Amino acid sequence: MIEEQASFDVKNFLRVYSPFIILIGLIVIATFLSPVFLSKENIFNIFRQEAAPMLLALGSMLVIVTGGIDLSTGANLAISNVIVAYFMTNIGLFTPGGVWVCILLGILIGLAFGCASGVIVAWLKMPSFIVTLAMMTMVRGVAYVITLGSPIRLPVDPQQNVGSFAFFNFGQYGDPIIGMPYTAWIVIAFIIFFWFLMKYSTFGRLIVATGSNSDAARLAGINVKKYTFSAYAISGALAGVAGVLLTARAGIATPSAGTGWELDAIAAVVIGGASLAGGKGKVANTVVGVFIIALIANIMTLLAVPPYPQQIIQGAIIIVAVLLNAGKDK
Amino acid sequence: MPEQSVSGSDRLLMDGISKHFGGVTALNKVTFSAQAGEIHALVGENGAGKSTLMKILAGAYLPDEGMVYVDGCAACIHNPMDAIKLGISVIYQEFALMPDMTVAENVFIDEINSGKNRLINWKELFAKTRVILDELGFGNIPANKQVRELPIACQQIVEICKALSRSSSILVLDEPTAVLSTVEAEQLSGLLKKLRNAGTTIIYISHRLNEIFSLCDRATVLRDGEIVGTAIVAQTDEQSLVNMMIGRKLQDYFPKRESRIGDIIFEAKNIVSGNLVQDVSFYVREGEVFGLSGLVGAGRTETLMAILGELKRDGGQIFVKGQEVKIHSPLTALHAGVSLLPEDRKGQGVLLELPILHNITISCLNKLTKAFGILDFHREREEGNALAEKLRIKMGALSDPASSLSGGNQQKVAISKLLGADSRILLFDEPTRGVDVGAKIEIYKIINELAAEGYAIVMVSSEMPEIIGMCDRACVMRGGRITGELSRDELTEQNLINLSMEVKAS
Repeated sequence: MIEEQASFDVKNFLRVYSPFIILIGLIVIATFLSPVFLSKENIFNIFRQEAAPMLLALGSMLVIVTGGIDLSTGANLAISNVIVAYFMTNIGLFTPGGVWVCILLGILIGLAFGCASGVIVAWLKMPSFIVTLAMMTMVRGVAYVITLGSPIRLPVDPQQNVGSFAFFNFGQYGDPIIGMPYTAWIVIAFIIFFWFLMKYSTFGRLIVATGSNSDAARLAGINVKKYTFSAYAISGALAGVAGVLLTARAGIATPSAGTGWELDAIAAVVIGGASLAGGKGKVANTVVGVFIIALIANIMTLLAVPPYPQQIIQGAIIIVAVLLNAGKDK
Repeated sequence: MPEQSVSGSDRLLMDGISKHFGGVTALNKVTFSAQAGEIHALVGENGAGKSTLMKILAGAYLPDEGMVYVDGCAACIHNPMDAIKLGISVIYQEFALMPDMTVAENVFIDEINSGKNRLINWKELFAKTRVILDELGFGNIPANKQVRELPIACQQIVEICKALSRSSSILVLDEPTAVLSTVEAEQLSGLLKKLRNAGTTIIYISHRLNEIFSLCDRATVLRDGEIVGTAIVAQTDEQSLVNMMIGRKLQDYFPKRESRIGDIIFEAKNIVSGNLVQDVSFYVREGEVFGLSGLVGAGRTETLMAILGELKRDGGQIFVKGQEVKIHSPLTALHAGVSLLPEDRKGQGVLLELPILHNITISCLNKLTKAFGILDFHREREEGNALAEKLRIKMGALSDPASSLSGGNQQKVAISKLLGADSRILLFDEPTRGVDVGAKIEIYKIINELAAEGYAIVMVSSEMPEIIGMCDRACVMRGGRITGELSRDELTEQNLINLSMEVKAS
């Protein structure tokens, strides 16, 4: 009797916390495998690398919570990436004020394409998979058209291109106190904001309700279309921000940036325990999901596993991780 | 008394069948028999147990007790495949056809599925189908056409062909004419008579008494999960059949209520939606429980949905407190003070995965929101506790998922959602469907309390005792139209049945 009670608790504990347990397990393994892993340098490097994927995952999570899927996040990131660099370089907006305009444009272009997906999904009632797949192709195409297929390098002459230079440095360095990358600080702010949004706001509550059962929500007088639309719009804007951060980090914009990242983002959300059927998804779990994927890659790189076998192992681990949490719902 | 005509020629005997769903008794020791070469009508009100009985025959449900005999041999029907092997075919109101496949494939799906032949011989398949169709006198249905492209009546014929291709000796049709025009229905009657004369046993479920009298040989009446009796159709008339169907005692579980009826608060005028809702008008007053009665498919739910704008409204006006309101979605209805308790509790009424509290306050979050869209958790909890207490919801904690509750308590959560939204006009669609008797009584009490507080309540119900026991006034619908309005004194099963079925005065 007592044992039964205890085993039930363990099961429940595993169900709720399995992503966290996996992450801790990975950290422990990594620490043993490589002395470098726990170094400040490596950690901050992971943070810097994961800034953009983290934002894509947050956006994907919102869309997945509504019961949809967003395949266009990687492309939205690329177009923002390209727009920011294009305006700095070709339009000459590399002055401090001009850079702010570029950043804004990058975010707005992501928002615009996100809104387009949202309108088509919410009002024209097309399946999100198809809509965002088409949007992904289109947006990526626009990015290639703008750049004519070749990368754009940021002008970083400290004398002439003051704003652009600062922007680039912003992507390279960390704060003077603990050395955390500035981009990571920004992403942390976003994580906190979205955690708050999902937990404490009416918006978060209703976006979950929409995804949990849109019929019931609509009959209860909820503007289901508005919340569905918002998820895609926000996802687009977040991809825009991610594109900006990526430009600052890389100092270069390529139209192929973020190819396949939308799938990593979706994988992270699902590893975090969200249901593709909607109505379920937590910010904290999504963050953990992103780090699980990141750590798998990081560990293998530290162990000098070549990139191609890395992919095989990464795919296998995703399946195992999802089996450990989502599979147990059944 | 159950009928006692167990002769040697019984093709089918269902002996002492009982079935319970949770605490609800759907069938209580039902004994039903049908002979070879007869069309046997199965009649009764909604919820009398006809469908349950036929689902047991089809292997969709297992009986809790009782035995089924086919041709005098005990038959173990554990799943639909067993039933098919015994030559039992059930044609439900929703067809089990594959719309994108051809007529021939649908008719011979069992053979194709049997895996005997790895390849399909199309020529032979079409030819065999042609033979069956021609035999039945439907040479006009092409065997190679997609079922999707056929009119409904022809789809029904395809279902029957499928049954025949299985060489079914027992054919059950559930309301086959509900979707058919008069001409098509006659065509079907002709076909059924032909099959009967060839020795097939046909069990025919219908609400249309005139069909029963023109087509059937015998009729068995079910009421509240029990057999009332079996009549030879030629020796009875419509009125006596109706008398067998009613006569249910008004259970004293309808609590007494003093109605204090105020002014008209809600009025729907000439609501039209396709041919599902035709020119429906009604009004409700403050403190009144108004019933919408009728058989399943009469257009009651559709009327509510058309009012809410969930179903496209082709015409009609809606007035709240004498003012015309434009309602085109549940959200705008909510603004006008009109809320719906949907018919499908699990699919539309409650969000099962979400906490009880989130369900209760889902429609009233705007009044619980502070600046910047932040929820006031404290007030939300107060509101949730108050409503849970008011409706006596039995639960563990407000944070438990709604799925942890019993059906009756889930329904209370769904009702509390309407109250939280401060709607004064409540549209209850089958408020007691799928809950046990105890919970039903609770819900009746709640409805009465709400009426006493001045809420105006529209109650759609398929259970006539419920309409009679609860309503101050009721309209009856049939075929998308209102066929009559009954005051409290006129609310009898006799009147309700007469208005909801096409009963000839005799």
